[in-house]
Amino acid sequence: MSEATLRVFRGDSNSGQTVDYPVPVAPGMVVLDALHYVQGHLVPDLAVRWNCKAGKCGSCSAEVNGRPRLTCKTRMDDLPQDQPITVLPMKSFPRIKDLVTDVSWNYRVNRKIPAFEPRPGTNWKISQLDVDRVQEFRKCIECFLCQNVCHVLREHDMKEQFAGPRFFVRVAGLDMHPLDGRNRAALLKNELGLGLCNITKCCTEVCPEEIHITDNAIIPLKERVVDEFYDPLTMLFRKIRGK
Amino acid sequence: MTANYETREHDVLIIGAGGAGLRASLEALAQGASVGVVCKSLLGKAHTVMAEGGIAAAMANVDTADNWKTHFRDTMRGGKLLNNWRMAQLHAQESPDRVRELEQWGALFDRTETGDILQRAFGGHTFKRLCHVGDRTGLEMIRTLQDRGVQQGIDVYMECTVTRLLTDGGRVAGAFAYWRESGRLIVFKAKSIVIATGGIGKAWRVTSNSWEYTGDGMALAYEAGAELMDMEFVQFHPTGMVWPPGVQGILVTEAVRGEGGILRNKLGERFMEKYDPKRMELSTRDVVARSIYTEVKEGRGTEHGGAYLDISQKPAEYVKKKLPSMYHQFKELADVDITKGPMEVGPTCHYVMGGIRVGAETAESTVPGLFAAGEAAAGLHGANRLGGNSLSDLLVFGRRAGLAAAQHAKQVSAPSIDTAQIEQSERELLAPFSNTGVESPYAVHRDLQEVMQNLVGIFRAEEDLKKALVELGKLKARAAKAGVEGSRLFNPGWHLSYDLKSMLTISEAVTHSALARKESRGAHSRIDFPNLDSLWEKKQNIIVRENGAMQRRENPVEEMPAELKQVLAEDKS
Ligand SMILES: Cc1cc2nc3c(=O)[nH]c(=O)nc-3n(C[C@H](O)[C@H](O)[C@H](O)COP(=O)(O)OP(=O)(O)OC[C@H]3O[C@@H](n4cnc5c(N)ncnc54)[C@H](O)[C@@H]3O)c2cc1C
Ligand code: SF4
Ligand code: SF4
Ligand code: FES
Repeated sequence: MSEATLRVFRGDSNSGQTVDYPVPVAPGMVVLDALHYVQGHLVPDLAVRWNCKAGKCGSCSAEVNGRPRLTCKTRMDDLPQDQPITVLPMKSFPRIKDLVTDVSWNYRVNRKIPAFEPRPGTNWKISQLDVDRVQEFRKCIECFLCQNVCHVLREHDMKEQFAGPRFFVRVAGLDMHPLDGRNRAALLKNELGLGLCNITKCCTEVCPEEIHITDNAIIPLKERVVDEFYDPLTMLFRKIRGK
Repeated sequence: MTANYETREHDVLIIGAGGAGLRASLEALAQGASVGVVCKSLLGKAHTVMAEGGIAAAMANVDTADNWKTHFRDTMRGGKLLNNWRMAQLHAQESPDRVRELEQWGALFDRTETGDILQRAFGGHTFKRLCHVGDRTGLEMIRTLQDRGVQQGIDVYMECTVTRLLTDGGRVAGAFAYWRESGRLIVFKAKSIVIATGGIGKAWRVTSNSWEYTGDGMALAYEAGAELMDMEFVQFHPTGMVWPPGVQGILVTEAVRGEGGILRNKLGERFMEKYDPKRMELSTRDVVARSIYTEVKEGRGTEHGGAYLDISQKPAEYVKKKLPSMYHQFKELADVDITKGPMEVGPTCHYVMGGIRVGAETAESTVPGLFAAGEAAAGLHGANRLGGNSLSDLLVFGRRAGLAAAQHAKQVSAPSIDTAQIEQSERELLAPFSNTGVESPYAVHRDLQEVMQNLVGIFRAEEDLKKALVELGKLKARAAKAGVEGSRLFNPGWHLSYDLKSMLTISEAVTHSALARKESRGAHSRIDFPNLDSLWEKKQNIIVRENGAMQRRENPVEEMPAELKQVLAEDKS
């Protein structure tokens, strides 16, 4: 069995530093296993979130060697072992302790998004093709890695004005539900700050569920907002209907 | 001691935010109750999110001959007739409506050609019955429920662990808990409490369960005087990953077999022909798990001590579409492309059929005001659960529990809180900080997992079970001395020292119950008593706390009414 060095952030909201820990590496081991080894044998109070250990719950997000990843899906043997493996908490959220950050802001944003509402009179027949089209957005495991890398949140900290890619994915999943009857265009424009996204695609690159966040969710939603608010015909209709 | 805690008050307090807890909260809310939901993890991360294969409901969209009677019969037979027949009946009758309701709240299932909800085959189900979304059904379900809950105004206390139920005389009065993040204390006052805390699998070494599955809810109920029932029935799912070591135990969904996956031993033999020639790979889980175990034990296992499960005879595109997360799981964690070659699989501790004894209609336990639903409750599944019957269980009995809890809250006066109970809970919770360094909770947990894995596993024997009880006694003494380092700020070692207590209580209950049941039935296999004993069909195996100690006793089973007996007998197979 070989050995690796895990360089883990230890600290709280005020201060902290990285600390090196030696860990034995077993075949197929993932970074979360290594963190558990440290917790179980060296530092019992090392704070880490996890649940499924199978890439299904989105709890174990961190920055491994500078890349935002699920630690339960990051294999040790995919990382260079001749140098320390650094594991840092997600940078865009306030630190609580060690690798655990305060992600409650995401839950507050989610409250702003009205849930599914069926169109009146629907007969609940849906074609598989329509299901396949939205399936992609509904795969989201809420790991918040996309939120973590998006520069609008990471560099500019515009959490009040901007909902972030995760929630554009959520709106896309609702809007493209074949039977949904709500219009969320005004919400996207005014409250969720869709216009602030300048299509850098960083979010798409880190999504462990391989959701094409930018191309398939954000861009179509932007088009929808344009149609709704800037299309002359729609604007005329709105005038006439007095909305 | 002064008030070191904040206090919150609700008509109905729900402990657990998986499918059962969320469904219960929606129903209690619909009844006009004020509802609080507490959970150990972040919202949306409960076990329900991991469920893959589907929800069982006799909707008859694919096999038009299906109906509640067949579902009832399958459930009873799968459970080796030990099921609470009334629960099995309600479950079979109400599941289709619960699934439709989920759809009306926005869940999107895979479809048939005619645009209805698609259903797939699963072990022990006569017909294609599992409503699903690829292999991420649980995710769809929990998101639908959680988003609806949040919109409707439930108060969610997340990353908050309940460590004790407070009682007023014989009835429930509230709960004592701490915030995992800050370590601060919180007391809930409530007229009704619903336990929806899930299972106990973390007490075994090879398990598909997460850190949350430490049996807290059952231990809480037991401490408050409720009866636990049929605790010996622990389901070992036949197919967990076996290699590499880090992923051992992670679930390989039964949907792989439902979609046509074939099991073989290292000689290439399709061994299920020997054990259940009729149902083959889609036999019930207890049978398939024992078959794999036996193949391995007799020297016909794979390189890493499992069996081969092969779906590569199906077109690659089909496999990727129907089993996307399995495809990624094997590719990323085991370097295996399941569209090209077989997976290696072996039994993994997965589910507990036993739990808190509740009434079928109301989900109320033997303690007034205390309800239980989902995996934490006993009764529906008898000696063995059929795949897909858990998600439907959560919806059917989650709803019933929420309804009854809200009604109960309307009828009773506000209970009073006994500060002595709070002070004692606080002392117990904080004790590990004064034990610094004596014993590590992680070490005790590892040893507990070995004991349960080796002595209370798939096959059991009197000698092993007795030895397990002795070992559990020693572990309890060690756990009481377990110390923690650091502060109360998000401290997993400290969190574990409480979870460990629950695991030890529940492990003891499982072992006592298993020792007493001198027969083999469903998931409980005694090598020293390999046959069914019809006397055991007529009684419930009960664990209860009396005079501070764990006692076991037997309750008679209520006779099944004639019309249900008729339903059971109808089918010739
Ligand atoms: C990998 C996997 C796949 C599965 N696939 C299927 C499937 O396809 N079909 C099927 O029918 N079943 C399946 N099952 C089983 C099914 O998912 C579970 O039995 C079911 O989800 C349990 O739901 P629940 O609501 O009872 O509990 P959970 O969803 O586990 O929720 C328990 C809740 O209780 C909380 N809690 C626990 N203790 C405390 C405490 N002390 N204080 C506060 N909160 C607490 C937890 O935080 C959590 O929120 C699967 C299980 C696994 C592990
Ligand atoms: S594409 Fe938009 S949402 Fe995604 S990272 Fe770039 S700016 Fe953020
Ligand atoms: S969209 Fe992808 S990266 Fe973002 S939260 Fe969901 S799964 Fe994670
Ligand atoms: S632990 Fe669930 S995604 Fe990593």
